[in-house]
Amino acid sequence: MKGNEVIAEAALRAGCRHYFGYPITPQTEVAHYMARKMEEIGGTFVQAESEVAAINMVYGAASAGVRAMTSSSSPGISLKQEGISYAAGAELPIVVIDIVRCGPGLGGILPAQCDYYQMVKGGGHGDYHNIVLAPQGVQEMYELVVDAFNLADKYRNPVVVMGDGYMGQMMEAVEFRDQEKIERPEKPWAACGSEMKRPHNTITSIYIEADVLEAHVRHMYEKYKAIEENEVRVDVQNCEGADVIIAAYGTCARVTKNVIKDAAKLGIKVGLIRPITLWPFPKKAFEQYAKVPKGFLTVEMSMGQMIDDVKLAVNGQNNVYFYGRTGGNVPGQKDILAEVVKIARGEGGDLR
Amino acid sequence: MDNQVIFAGFGGQGILSMGRFIAHAGLHEGKHVSWLPSYGPEMRGGTANCNVIVSDEEVGSPIISEATALVVMNQPSLEKFESYVEPGGVIVLDTDLVPVLPERKDVRVFSLPATKMAYEMGNPTFAGVILLGKLIKETGVVRFESFEAALRGILKPKKHYLIPEEMKALQAGADY
Repeated sequence: MKGNEVIAEAALRAGCRHYFGYPITPQTEVAHYMARKMEEIGGTFVQAESEVAAINMVYGAASAGVRAMTSSSSPGISLKQEGISYAAGAELPIVVIDIVRCGPGLGGILPAQCDYYQMVKGGGHGDYHNIVLAPQGVQEMYELVVDAFNLADKYRNPVVVMGDGYMGQMMEAVEFRDQEKIERPEKPWAACGSEMKRPHNTITSIYIEADVLEAHVRHMYEKYKAIEENEVRVDVQNCEGADVIIAAYGTCARVTKNVIKDAAKLGIKVGLIRPITLWPFPKKAFEQYAKVPKGFLTVEMSMGQMIDDVKLAVNGQNNVYFYGRTGGNVPGQKDILAEVVKIARGEGGDLR
Repeated sequence: MDNQVIFAGFGGQGILSMGRFIAHAGLHEGKHVSWLPSYGPEMRGGTANCNVIVSDEEVGSPIISEATALVVMNQPSLEKFESYVEPGGVIVLDTDLVPVLPERKDVRVFSLPATKMAYEMGNPTFAGVILLGKLIKETGVVRFESFEAALRGILKPKKHYLIPEEMKALQAGADY
């Protein structure tokens, strides 16, 4: 199945019956699939008048306690940022899919990873974090979308699943296998009608009094601390005894897997640290291998965004080099290999 | 076996579908597969291509840097992708659409008048399947019977009456 279709199917399997979207390449198949299936199963599909409207519909549905999702691609996600900030402030469990295309501005429709800053570092205003999940293929897309709904409910927080355009457009085999993994906690906080049996619930992100708002934000940060302690996910491959370690996620991590094999033929051992949660960032994996002999190479489909987090995690203990392509280009297997060879031989590279 | 096949041509020739059939047939054999389409501006300009990997091992990068085979249905695609084919690799092309043959001598080139053959069979849309017949015979990327299973899996039931004809076209391509 196509990545985008798997996202939609996964959401339905996770119990999402409310989807609000607006078409944009390269994620439109999510909306297309939802439009067809929601009618069959009696759910709600709305093609909103704009991205801003769609995210606010998600806010409304999540306030009522149901699982709700929206999806878009980079320029559309920019428009949704206000709503995401409001949902974070109101502690609403919402799921947002971002199938990233190249920017800035209208940019192009080809794949990119240049939304790292906007999703991982906030995007909207205020002190908050999204949980950000980055699949490397179609099977993981399914698993992470299911997890996204579980995590959103568990922490009452927006969860973003971020894939580049290729993740959405490619087809791979997928096995739907974990209905039992779906967790549906009670939502006594939801604004879904009190039937006059309890005081009414209020969903809001407005706290006018300084001390009240500070207490609320501090409460959110206690929650973020728990997320950082409990929910970090990372794929570490081939790092024991590696000469160079590549940090990459999504499509770049897939290309790196081939680079590992190519480099081995040249006698260079390359490791891979693939963050699955971009936030919380897997700092400990980088700390553990901080002394890798030749240093780290961060590979991205951007001009260098995740590299900031790699550098913070490595904390000055080693060199961190960068290789990236942008504009819709993807770092090639041979090009990454050439960078690895330069670094392994001490011939430099793009040291950041 | 690790087959990395690029399919390329004009939009509307069924290039993306050809790749899907092969990927689906590989899946039917329990292989690891990936299918990555072009969806960018070049598609909107009228050309289409896709990268298909059918492998005994888990697929690393879905993006092909060195192809084991290339199937082309127009001249610009041959020019664009010829250099991607590894030495000893296979190029299958339709001579009715690709009049200028590859210059490389280190690859195995199979040229078929697939469009003409398809017209003679009474269905011009068979040109792609004829080329796939040659691809399958020369690379063993999938088995013939898996291809039939893929047709059955992908085509809508109302199109299933075409399957025996499609398989004849596949065989004709293999035998050419």
